[in-house]
Amino acid sequence: MEKKKRELLLQGNEAVAEGALAAGCRFFAGYPITPSTEIAEYLSQKLPQVGGVFVQMEDELASMAAVIGASLAGAKSMTATSGPGFSLMQENIGFACEAEVPCLVVDVMRGGPSTGLPTSPAQGDVMQARWGTHGDHPIIVLCASSVPECFHMTVRAFNLSERFRTPVILLLDEVVAHMREKITLPLPEELEIIDRVRPTVPPEWYIPYEDNASGVPPMAPFGEGYRYHVTGLIHDIRGFPTSRSDEIGPFFQRLFRKISQNFAEIHMSETFEIEDAEITVVAYGSVARSAKRAVLEARQRGIKAGLLKLMTLWPFDRPAVERVARGSRVLLVPEMNMGQISREVKRVNNGVCTVVTLNKVDGTLITPDEILKRITEVYQDERDN
Amino acid sequence: MGYRYEIRLSGSGGQGLILIGIILAEAIGLYEGLHVVQTQSYGPEARGGASKSEIVVSDEEIDYPKPQKLDLLLAMNQASCDLYYRDLKEDGKLLVDATFVSQVPTNRAIRIPFTKLARERLGREIVANIVALGAISELIDLVSFKSLEWALLGRVPKGTEEINKKALRLGRRVAKGALKEMKGKEIENYTIDESSL
Repeated sequence: MEKKKRELLLQGNEAVAEGALAAGCRFFAGYPITPSTEIAEYLSQKLPQVGGVFVQMEDELASMAAVIGASLAGAKSMTATSGPGFSLMQENIGFACEAEVPCLVVDVMRGGPSTGLPTSPAQGDVMQARWGTHGDHPIIVLCASSVPECFHMTVRAFNLSERFRTPVILLLDEVVAHMREKITLPLPEELEIIDRVRPTVPPEWYIPYEDNASGVPPMAPFGEGYRYHVTGLIHDIRGFPTSRSDEIGPFFQRLFRKISQNFAEIHMSETFEIEDAEITVVAYGSVARSAKRAVLEARQRGIKAGLLKLMTLWPFDRPAVERVARGSRVLLVPEMNMGQISREVKRVNNGVCTVVTLNKVDGTLITPDEILKRITEVYQDERDN
Repeated sequence: MGYRYEIRLSGSGGQGLILIGIILAEAIGLYEGLHVVQTQSYGPEARGGASKSEIVVSDEEIDYPKPQKLDLLLAMNQASCDLYYRDLKEDGKLLVDATFVSQVPTNRAIRIPFTKLARERLGREIVANIVALGAISELIDLVSFKSLEWALLGRVPKGTEEINKKALRLGRRVAKGALKEMKGKEIENYTIDESSL
């Protein structure tokens, strides 16, 4: 029988859950929190049906620990949370970076800090996603702006985490997480699914953290005879703690190298009307949707506006921003925070063109009118100069 | 740019506004094949507080997911009617639950006592939202009644199909009557004549 594609009306959160299942996720541990709860709710029903495990933990510290444990045992694992829970997960996210345990953490951003605004959108966790756990470390952070993107980026997030043995953070905001749109779920054979590289040597020859060209050592699942030591301490190639500088240095170099030599593969962005744009809006998440409409309306008024939508937030997509900075007179960065990605845009722009911001933190999505107004103001200023 | 048709369903938490938003979006998007985005906003309370569900329909991909100017506003309580009336387009339609909305800001409002009808005609106040959904099917051209009924049956709990179908039909019938009554007249606020049901 020919398999038929399923067209559904799904919420962003539900699409994340479907994406996780399609990517091969078979373990979820979490603690429900608005506006991420539907991810847990959906997977609590679906995971057992495909032989997976869903655990509601006592809190977010334990959730993250369970996710790491399950991944070490060979399961693709994830959790989902929002600001307050994301804060509690930070220590163990660092452990996953240090021990190189692939996993996915979905953070649906709501107004914060603290309990903040549980049911309102914000984009305040961009820097926390990058630097929330202590110590120098690379990390991959993606950000979705539609329901189909929620699905595909979840698959991609799992792929990147498996490929590079790193935790990956998927950032959504409340608007995207709770929004319902149509999505046609792809057939399994249409998706590229990447699994972690497993050792080809017998257990007694296995050296768990030995360097190779990719910088990503093969990962053996616990329970299949490969015994090795996993620690949050800086370790040698066998996984045991070390304080030898000739082992510490290469460890860190490899940790960074495995990500940095693959920036081109990790970076994702989309552009709209940038060829002749004098003002380019740089946006991400739900704000990118408002920005697209504002760009269309600006074009109708004869203003040459364009859009760069960032989909990979970290490592920061320097080439994409440099490209639009060279072609534009002004970059406008609207965000539902007081200026987090705009700092990066300014850093990368390095004085090439003017960078202006639009910051909104009142618990509502930035509207196309607000962006259009800013575009018009900036356009007038540039004309006058 | 393509057209946008924008709907807001508003009232208080617990009135089922998000559910009918989902049903309407599903009917328009999956059964009628149009582009649709449904969003919602509500307070941190489990029930009570303000709640709204919004739907944007278009013939092309939808960028900004929230309404800018409403074509249709359903207000299931007085507070939401007062708050959102000014977001209506000049020729936008205002539909209110006359059970709770006693003051309407325009003489073109369509007043139907959804909650009272649900209670008295169907014996269950809980289906007032579905009665309202049935009325909406008469007010918009985006979706056939059949599509709406399919979408409804796919979303309501097992065992409640019959009462929900009845509620949807009741809403349609009442709205039909209301529109007929209003047609070609300099109407004052239309209130349903219950003896006609």
